[in-house]
Amino acid sequence: MTRVLQVENLRVSFPDGAGHRFHPVDGVSFELRKGETLALVGESGCGKSLTSLALLRLVPPPGRVDAGSVIRLGDTDVLSLTGEALRRIRGRRIGMIFQDPMTSLNPVFTVGDQIAEGVRAHFKVSRAEARDRALRLLQEVGIPDPDSRLDAYPHQLSGGMRQRVMIAIALSAEPEILVADEPTTALDVTVQAQILEVLEALRRSRGMAVLLITHDLGIVAGRADRVAVMYAGQIVEEAPTGELFAHPSHPYTQGLFASVPRISGPVQRLTPIGGSVPPANAWPSGCRFRPRCPKAFDKSELPPELLAVGADHRMRCWLADPT
Amino acid sequence: MTAIWDSLGRAWRTTRGRAGAVVLLAVAAASVLGPFALPDPLAQPNILGGAILPPSLGHPFGTDELSRDVLARVVSGGRVSLTVALLAVGLSVTLGALVGLVAGYFGGAVDAALMRLVDGALAVPRLFLLLLLLAVSERVPLAVLVLLIGTTGWFATSRLVRGEILRLREESYVWAAAALGANRRRIILRHLLPNAMGPLLVAATLGVGDVILLEAGLSFLGLGVQPPAPSWGGMIMDARQVLVTAPWVGIFPGLAITITVLSANLFGDALRDAVDPRGA
Repeated sequence: MTRVLQVENLRVSFPDGAGHRFHPVDGVSFELRKGETLALVGESGCGKSLTSLALLRLVPPPGRVDAGSVIRLGDTDVLSLTGEALRRIRGRRIGMIFQDPMTSLNPVFTVGDQIAEGVRAHFKVSRAEARDRALRLLQEVGIPDPDSRLDAYPHQLSGGMRQRVMIAIALSAEPEILVADEPTTALDVTVQAQILEVLEALRRSRGMAVLLITHDLGIVAGRADRVAVMYAGQIVEEAPTGELFAHPSHPYTQGLFASVPRISGPVQRLTPIGGSVPPANAWPSGCRFRPRCPKAFDKSELPPELLAVGADHRMRCWLADPT
Repeated sequence: MTAIWDSLGRAWRTTRGRAGAVVLLAVAAASVLGPFALPDPLAQPNILGGAILPPSLGHPFGTDELSRDVLARVVSGGRVSLTVALLAVGLSVTLGALVGLVAGYFGGAVDAALMRLVDGALAVPRLFLLLLLLAVSERVPLAVLVLLIGTTGWFATSRLVRGEILRLREESYVWAAAALGANRRRIILRHLLPNAMGPLLVAATLGVGDVILLEAGLSFLGLGVQPPAPSWGGMIMDARQVLVTAPWVGIFPGLAITITVLSANLFGDALRDAVDPRGA
C-alpha cells in the first residue's frame, strides 16, 4: 500500500528556562499508509498530542521541532515549508479533529459558516457552492435534518452533534489524512461508538488514512489496523492490532492491558501500573519505563532501541534483545 | 453575532438595563427631533429687558440671561454632547481594539513595548493632558475636540482587548481554525475579534458616560465646545452668575448631564453583567 505519511525521528523541544531544552516528543517514527487506521495510544503527558500538532507545524511557541526530524507527506517535506505553502497543507492534506467539541467551534458563527470556511480556505468556490458542500458534509457525517442544522449555532447542538460538525469541518478541504486527537474522550459512551463509526465509514468511503490518538485501548480494538504505544515521548511498541492484543510484549503495554477491566474470563483484581508518567523535563535515563517496570533488569540502565519481537512487531525493551 | 444580541437582550431584560436604555434612547430622540419642535437655541427674542423668565408653559425650562429658551439649549447642547461622545468613544474603542489586538496577538517584544507605552499614558491624568492640549490652542473646532478626547481615551480599552485576545488565542476553535489552514487575517477577523466584542461593547457604553462628563467639564472651563454653540457644561458656567436669582438656568443642563451619564452607566453595568455573568 502507498505510504501517505512518514515520520522519522521526530523530536519536539521546549526551553526549560535554565538555558537547556527538554524533549516531550523524543525520536518518534511511524508511517501511515493509504486507507489504514493507525492508533497512537498512551497516557496523558506521553507526547501524543504534541506529535499530532507537529504534523501540521502547530507546535505552540516557544516549542519547536528539532533539526534532524523528518515529516514527509507524500513527496512533501513538511518541515521545509513556510508561509502560504504551509497553510495549504493544513486542512487540505491533513485534517484535524480536536478533543473537546464543546470548545472547538467558534460560538459566534453558524455551523454552516464554519464548514464553508474550510471549503473556501482551500477551493475557489462561490458562497452558494460552499454552503452546498457544507450541507453535503453534514449529511455525510450523519446529522439528521442537515438543512436546518446548517444555520444552527454551536450552543444549540449536543456534544455528539458538535463532534460530527467538527468532523465535517475537518473533511471540508478533502484531506487524505485525518488526525483525530482523542475524538471521543469528552463524549458519552453511547455517543462515542457512533462517532467512531462515522470515522470508520469515512475512512472506507473516502480511502483516507486515519491517525487515531487515544488513551483508551478499548476503542482501538477492532477499529485500528495498527497500534503504536507511546510512553515518555517515544514509541515503545508497535504492531498490527490483532498481534498486539494477542501478544502484548512491552512491560508497559502489558501493564496497560492489566489495568483494563475484562468482561469475559475469571474475575480478577485490576493491576494498575505503579507510579505515574514522569514529567517531560525529567525523563529517566536508560529505559524510560525502568522506574515503574516490574521486569527491569541490569541492562535497563541503557536506553533500548526498537527491536523486533515478531513479524511487523517491534518494541523498545531489552527483553527483546537475544544477546 | 448571536452572542452580542443575546447579551443586549439579557441587559434589556434587567430593570436597570432597560431604564438606562430607554432614557438614553429618549435623549437621543430628543436631540434628533428637538430642533424641529423647539425655538432656535441661539435666538435672543428679548435681549433688552426682563430677559430671564422662570419656567412657564411657553418656556418649560425658563429662559436665560440673554432671553434664550433653556429647553431648546439643553436639547441642542445634548445633541452636541452626544455627538462628541459617540464619535470620541468610537475613535478610542477602535484605537484600543487595534492596539490590544496587535499586542495580544503578536505578543513578545511588540506586546511589551505597547503595554509599557500604555502604562505610561495611563499614569498621566487625562483631564490635565486635555487641558494642556486645549489651552495652547485657541478656539478648538469640534472635530479637533473629538480627536483629542478620542485619542486620549483608548489606553484602558487596549489593555482590556489585549487580555481578551490572550485568552481567546488559546481557545480550541482558534487552534482548529489554524489546523484548517486559516490565515492570520482570517483568524483575527473571524475568530478573535468577534469573540472579544462583548467586553468591547461594555467599555464603549461606559465610555460614553465618561466622555459626556469630560466634555461638560472642559466646556465648563471654556475649553470645550465654544460659545455661542450651546453645551451642557458651557450653560452651567454661564448660569453661575444668575445661580441665586434664576437657578433654572443651571439646574436643567445639570440634570441633563446627570440623567444621561447615569443611564449610560446603568445600561453599561447591565451589559457587563450580561456579557460576563461571573462578575455580577
